[in-house]
Amino acid sequence: MTTPVAQSRQRSISFPLTARRAALGLTALLSLLLLYFIGVDQGATSLFGSDTHIHEFVHDARHFLGFPCH
Amino acid sequence: MEFRYIYRGLGVGLLGGLLAFVFARIFAEPFIQDAIDYEDGRHEAQEALDAAAGLAAGAHEHGEVFSRSVQRDLGIGVGMALFGLAVGGLFVVVYLIVSRRYPDIRPRVLAALLAGAGFVGLYLVPFAKYPANPPAVGHEETIGARSALYVTMVAVSVIALGLAVVVGRWLAGRVGTWNASLLAAVVFLVLVGVAMALLPPFGHVGSNRAEFGDFATETPQPLTAPDGTIVYPGFPADLLFRFRFYSVISQLVLWATIALAFGQLAERLAASPARRQARSAAAAAADRPTAAPTTAVAPTTAAG
Repeated sequence: MTTPVAQSRQRSISFPLTARRAALGLTALLSLLLLYFIGVDQGATSLFGSDTHIHEFVHDARHFLGFPCH
Repeated sequence: MEFRYIYRGLGVGLLGGLLAFVFARIFAEPFIQDAIDYEDGRHEAQEALDAAAGLAAGAHEHGEVFSRSVQRDLGIGVGMALFGLAVGGLFVVVYLIVSRRYPDIRPRVLAALLAGAGFVGLYLVPFAKYPANPPAVGHEETIGARSALYVTMVAVSVIALGLAVVVGRWLAGRVGTWNASLLAAVVFLVLVGVAMALLPPFGHVGSNRAEFGDFATETPQPLTAPDGTIVYPGFPADLLFRFRFYSVISQLVLWATIALAFGQLAERLAASPARRQARSAAAAAADRPTAAPTTAVAPTTAAG
């Protein structure tokens, strides 16, 4: 039992940490982006000009989840 | 790898969002429709008043991009499912960071604590200052100011929660866990309380006070004719309460699903022997590279 653990320790010195950080960072970033599009975009600010499709589509959810809506 | 946790976190968030949607579709949508009907009726009453006063008809009639049926059945479902997905993503990131820092906390306990913190920090405290508003409540001109204030309140709440936890951890060794927890709660309440006192109410932003009078919220007041008679009632109080109450419950459904389902899955992952090995290896790897990057970085900085 002890040898495989020791071996995997040897193998995973620097790479798993950066992969982990990348995975966590990417997950957090994409989640925040998604929250932005559901909650705020095409209301106060808009990434796609004056289009309101996202806003109108998730309209009820936006109200119900507590985000300010028109 | 952490991917096993991340997939589960996202999946559990999606499930929570879908359950919250089922609740919303059954219980809240009738009230959302009532609010929209109120808005339409008020709009007509306003137009009749304007016509009687000889004013030009309503400035802009925006055509519907999506029908009510699409918004009610599909839009809110997609919106809430994706919200759950995003919340699950943030949750699992925090879970992985905290569980590595404090490996002694049992997975299902940690999942419940973090989900509780998410519910309070991301939703309940901002809700206390700026509660969810149904359609018809909220002036279009102030959407920018309101969004900025709401996001500010969320950010303050989350940061205050983080600070309170740090303070609590620091105090725990000095005054005991119980007292430290109470003091941390006091720190949190004072911080968000100060923020709530400083941030303006929605009724005071922009031109609201000049246009509608001195009200703390944007909830529509009764519409009166020039002679003072009420031609259209103010926004129904019961409807407002129902909408907000169900909003809180649907968020509870979402966060409770994340807490219980993810806790269960994380327990199973932590119990699997393969996982235990990988975790101890990962923990060892985490301890080591804290020193490694400095040596790895040093030559490049020297060269540059």
